[in-house]
Amino acid sequence: MIAKTGAARTLRPTTGWVAIDLHELADFKDLVLEFARRDIKLRYRQTVLGIAWVVLQPIVAAGVLNFAFGIVAGARPQGPSYFLFTFAGLLAWNLFSMTLNKTSLSLVGNSYLISKVYFPRLVLPLSGTLATLLDFAIALVVLFIVQGFYGIVPGWQLVLVPFWIGLVLLLALGAGLIAAALTVQYRDIQHILPILIPFMLYASPVAYDVTQIPESYQRLFYLVNPLAAPIVAFRASLLPATPMPPTAYLAWSASVTLAMFVLGAAVFKRTERKFADVV
Amino acid sequence: MSSSALAIAIRGVGKKYTIRHDYTAPTTLGEAIVRRVRHPFARIEREQFWALRDVSFDVRRGEALALIGTNGAGKSTLLKILSRITEMSEGQVDLYGRVGSLLEVGTGFNQELTGRENVFLNGAILGMTRAEIRRQFDAIVAFAGVERFLDTPVKHYSSGMYVRLAFAVAAHLRSEILIVDEVLAVGDVEFQRKCLGKMRDVASDGRTVLLVSHNMAAVANLCSRAVVLRAGRLAFDGDVTHAIAEYSARQDATLVGNLRERHDRVGKGEIRSTSIAIRGSDGELTRAVRPYEPFDIVVSYEAKVPLASVDISINIETPDGSRLVTLYSAFKNESFDVEAGTGTLTCSVAGLPLRPDTYTIDVFLGGKHAFYDQVERAMSFDVAPYDVYGSGRMPQWNEGPLLASYRWHTAAGDREGSGLSARSARS
Repeated sequence: MIAKTGAARTLRPTTGWVAIDLHELADFKDLVLEFARRDIKLRYRQTVLGIAWVVLQPIVAAGVLNFAFGIVAGARPQGPSYFLFTFAGLLAWNLFSMTLNKTSLSLVGNSYLISKVYFPRLVLPLSGTLATLLDFAIALVVLFIVQGFYGIVPGWQLVLVPFWIGLVLLLALGAGLIAAALTVQYRDIQHILPILIPFMLYASPVAYDVTQIPESYQRLFYLVNPLAAPIVAFRASLLPATPMPPTAYLAWSASVTLAMFVLGAAVFKRTERKFADVV
Repeated sequence: MSSSALAIAIRGVGKKYTIRHDYTAPTTLGEAIVRRVRHPFARIEREQFWALRDVSFDVRRGEALALIGTNGAGKSTLLKILSRITEMSEGQVDLYGRVGSLLEVGTGFNQELTGRENVFLNGAILGMTRAEIRRQFDAIVAFAGVERFLDTPVKHYSSGMYVRLAFAVAAHLRSEILIVDEVLAVGDVEFQRKCLGKMRDVASDGRTVLLVSHNMAAVANLCSRAVVLRAGRLAFDGDVTHAIAEYSARQDATLVGNLRERHDRVGKGEIRSTSIAIRGSDGELTRAVRPYEPFDIVVSYEAKVPLASVDISINIETPDGSRLVTLYSAFKNESFDVEAGTGTLTCSVAGLPLRPDTYTIDVFLGGKHAFYDQVERAMSFDVAPYDVYGSGRMPQWNEGPLLASYRWHTAAGDREGSGLSARSARS
């Protein structure tokens, strides 16, 4: 952010696809942190339970899924603790759905800023993701505590957790950036996503295991839902009793994720310059 | 002039907006798809409109330059291009140094956050690093004079405190080039003077200031050079006194708001408004009326066919677009039969109880079941500062949007509300 005196910054009309200016993004690091700080502070201000919601929300949701899948539908998978199973799945799922949701709204929700001040627009989704990651970290600590109660000790696979988190985040960001750019032009996206996201929850192995699906469909399941493999892998890295997904599906998932992220970033950058004229 | 003394070089800058002559334009994905399917080859009529064209000038380092021009002349567009909020369509700009832009006071201020938190948030939005803000924090707080309320959410601040704090953050921006849009319009006179002083410090510090203001006194006070924009083009560039004279002389020409060139209108168009003007109580055309002063709003029209019972409405709005009053002929059962050709419709207003400020007018023409023409922001006019109550004091911006005619009196007695009950007993 320190000005390079003498060196000129040249502004010109741009056309076509442009690369992300990582240098500039780094200059705005403090703004990313400041927005994340604002999000975190505001979310639980004027609530009685405050930060406890971060923990309560996934616990209650895991309880509901337990009841619906485990008791009502009787779809409880093999393993020591079904609650832990669902809870771990939900952590990965929440990271995905919250990042996707926040990213998709990051432009329309901040239109008053976009029309009044310049900063790399990518700052908005990045700061939202940062705030979501904090929630995730707190819930992860709770998961470790519950694991302690059950006497479950994670194995060496624990070191892979950041990698699975990275996959989930990149996929959510990729899809979210496309949605954010489209929402500027077509506000429908705002209404479609809240319908689509719960549907995706049931289509992902959160409360059930992929091994419970008839074997002939498992391949299709992994191919269609790139989120499935990272969720299963994330859970397997935390709970040693659950199996890792086949490596081929993980690789497939990683490729789709990467492609989605690159596409999302490109679409976002391409439409970025028009945001202020439209929103 | 060597290039090292340059702060901003603007070369042939233009900004084009595309207006779609299509008032059923899709805004949802569903509509867009349905249209594509139904009319796969339909071409939507588009018109290009240059908000800014072929503007070139240099700003030297340490210079305080004013950008003046009427509403819609392209000042804001140029500022938005320089601060990178929007992209130009043609041309090139070279910026030598970090740009801090202040298009609004308190952008991103959050009502729920405390003063302290907002200083950091707003500072970061304006492009300061956390370390920079921390270094300047005490100076910012002292300038705003809000020490005692630092840990109070700003929603509990008075509007004066809020504006002071917001400006204070911006005033401590250490950028080499400072772009300021009309922020001197807020705050009380005392604070405005302080802001002006601060900006003069910035300029004498060797940094560059680019100021947009309608306040010619502030412009003359702060700047030595001015650029006048007119209809998106550079009309004058030079000494500030000449620029202001040039700008004021041309103001008369804009006393009549010409609406023929307005393409952003809606309606079927059997009859259209072609111009709008305000005639003050002295019978002269004007752009400013006093509070409560009677005046006429004269709308000229052109009708393509004879029309029976045409209704006209003038809507007066604040600059941020909230409707203040609707002067609709149909409300009074007054409609007009018009012949094909031109003519005028005049609305005589007995006076407006509005605080001195700038207001805008929308013109609407319709019939029983028809919507002929509507032009939003057809013209703007000022309610001039005036000592309404003859007390030697002007109404201030923070006293509410309306003026009222009122009188205070007193009565002796110890019963609460006795004045009230005495009156109701009489009635």
